[in-house]
Amino acid sequence: MKTENQKAWFFVLPVLILVAFNALIPMMTVVNYSVQETFGDNVFFWQGLDWFEQILRSDRFHAALGRQFLFTFLILIIEVPLGIAIALSMPRQGFWVPVCLVLMALPMLIPWNVVGAMWNIFTLPDIGLLGYFLNHVLGITYDMTQNPFAAWVTIITMDVWHWTSLVVLLAYAGLVSIPDAYYQAAKIDGASNWAVFRFIQLPKMKTVLTIAILLRFMDSFNIYTEPFVLTGGGPGNSTTLLSIDLVKIALGQFDLGPAAAMSLIYFAITLLVSWLFYTLMTKDDLN
Amino acid sequence: MAKITLSKLRHSYFPNPKSPSDYALKEIDLDWTDGGAYALLGPSGCGKSTLLNIISGLLVPSEGQILFDGQDVTDLPPDQRNIAQVFQFPVIYDTMTVYDNLAFPLRNRGRDEDTVRDRVMAIAEMLEVTEMLDQKAAGLSPDNKQKISMGRGLVREDVNVVMFDEPLTVIDPHLKWKLRSKLKELHQRVKATMIYVTHDQTEALTFADQVVVMQLGEVVQIGTPVELFERPAHTFVGHFIGSPGMNILPCDLRAGVALFGADAIALEGPIRGEAIGKTEIGIRPEFVKFAESGLPAVVTKVSDVGRHTVVECSANGSRINAVIEGTAPTKGSEVHLEFRRDQTRLYVDGWLATDPDKPDTAAEASL
Repeated sequence: MKTENQKAWFFVLPVLILVAFNALIPMMTVVNYSVQETFGDNVFFWQGLDWFEQILRSDRFHAALGRQFLFTFLILIIEVPLGIAIALSMPRQGFWVPVCLVLMALPMLIPWNVVGAMWNIFTLPDIGLLGYFLNHVLGITYDMTQNPFAAWVTIITMDVWHWTSLVVLLAYAGLVSIPDAYYQAAKIDGASNWAVFRFIQLPKMKTVLTIAILLRFMDSFNIYTEPFVLTGGGPGNSTTLLSIDLVKIALGQFDLGPAAAMSLIYFAITLLVSWLFYTLMTKDDLN
Repeated sequence: MAKITLSKLRHSYFPNPKSPSDYALKEIDLDWTDGGAYALLGPSGCGKSTLLNIISGLLVPSEGQILFDGQDVTDLPPDQRNIAQVFQFPVIYDTMTVYDNLAFPLRNRGRDEDTVRDRVMAIAEMLEVTEMLDQKAAGLSPDNKQKISMGRGLVREDVNVVMFDEPLTVIDPHLKWKLRSKLKELHQRVKATMIYVTHDQTEALTFADQVVVMQLGEVVQIGTPVELFERPAHTFVGHFIGSPGMNILPCDLRAGVALFGADAIALEGPIRGEAIGKTEIGIRPEFVKFAESGLPAVVTKVSDVGRHTVVECSANGSRINAVIEGTAPTKGSEVHLEFRRDQTRLYVDGWLATDPDKPDTAAEASL
């Protein structure tokens, strides 16, 4: 008779405990809040799916979600092509390679809140280098604390400055892994620069670009610290992205139930979009 | 199709080469006739790939010229030379179908779709890939991928030369043989000049009408497979070609007689010039026989390699291989070796230094 050995569970246990404490238990707490109402003193009342319904019908949520999608869409459409373009123009060998790589990595090493504070000061109309230059030298009225458009330009620029490097580094890694023979064959086949990009470089970069877009999507969709430090969601609500709105509801208004429901919806959207994107990008690889 | 001439070609990867060892390619003068099948044979790092890249235009030589049909193409980029090259690892365009892969070089040159279809269909049939034309090229096996990269070279009807850079490296052994005979057949059908670079003597000798053997950036011998086997111009060629390679035995010259230890060895004919330098005797294992009398030796190893037996002997402190058919002496036995005289050559400083006897004296000698 075959004896079954259950010892393997023992080895999985540490991971299970770790995941339980850093993901499952906090997540279930949120689920718990999302279906109940509390007035303090740890007294809870069953609420069912009311909070979910309330959030899904709320104009405030729709507006924040819209702003969130707009933000993510804008930064992706700028950072991905820009990142590829920079990666393509970086040297493949020689003295300048490490110099370029270090310069590219620098913005990513700066903590989020510092990035927000830097750009805040940088763009202040009267004392910031950029703000002063635009307002007092070029004579363009630019004040992100007053003007929603200026605020959007600033957070987009800040994110592009902070995160294009990630796309650059990943795209560059994809590019240097292409053997010389491909470029030589293309030369002999008489391929134009565009054809080399379209049929060699882009297909070879596809995997790393999928990862880059996925990472940039998730990061930008969940972004909090930088816009919070830079604009605090203003002027008005013009740069109140989903996470900023969520924190306002949870910690500002202390509406734990609706906040929990909202964070679950938020999580579901992030997961769904990531899954859709990944499935679409990799469906050809399976055949 | 074109005649290819290399004139006083030299190349160094250093910007300011000083000593001869700075050159990856030492001075090369070569003429390759139109429609021939050539092989560049040599060990890794001998400069054969450098030479190939110079001919294809991927590399500009430091000195000298390349002429196609007498026309200087030294400074022309690869796409204007009308050449095709097949690389060590198959290069295919992953996202395209097999058809589009084959059509790519023609479309880049602005041919109309009718011409493209005719050519692609013809080449696909020749390579036996017609039924794969609609497939994505990424999913093919390595040998089919390599066929497609070959096809991209052959699809242009006006190629001057098709070059192969160790094209069978990633192919499974049982398919190597098939692809090699396919190549030979293709050469007979398309009549383009083909240059095949390899470090594998079997590939070179079966493919080429003429083999260029290179060592340390230098051409050591150019000849037909038979010439390379029978009269190696350099001990390197003798050693590199043949399995096992030529026996190279140290010898002394005394009054025109070659002495191997204390034994006089009869050479194929008169020695050229003064013969000053390191002298060696070269004899192929195929021409070493066991005899009643002759050079005394001890058998040290016997290996049956199938068709024949390789017997390793030791004489005067040197190893001598003999290839024999039939029963071999046992290990440890004392034997006498006889060298076939017309196949026994003298090398001075590595280079061949004897000429064959005149026919009449040769006949006399064999009596």
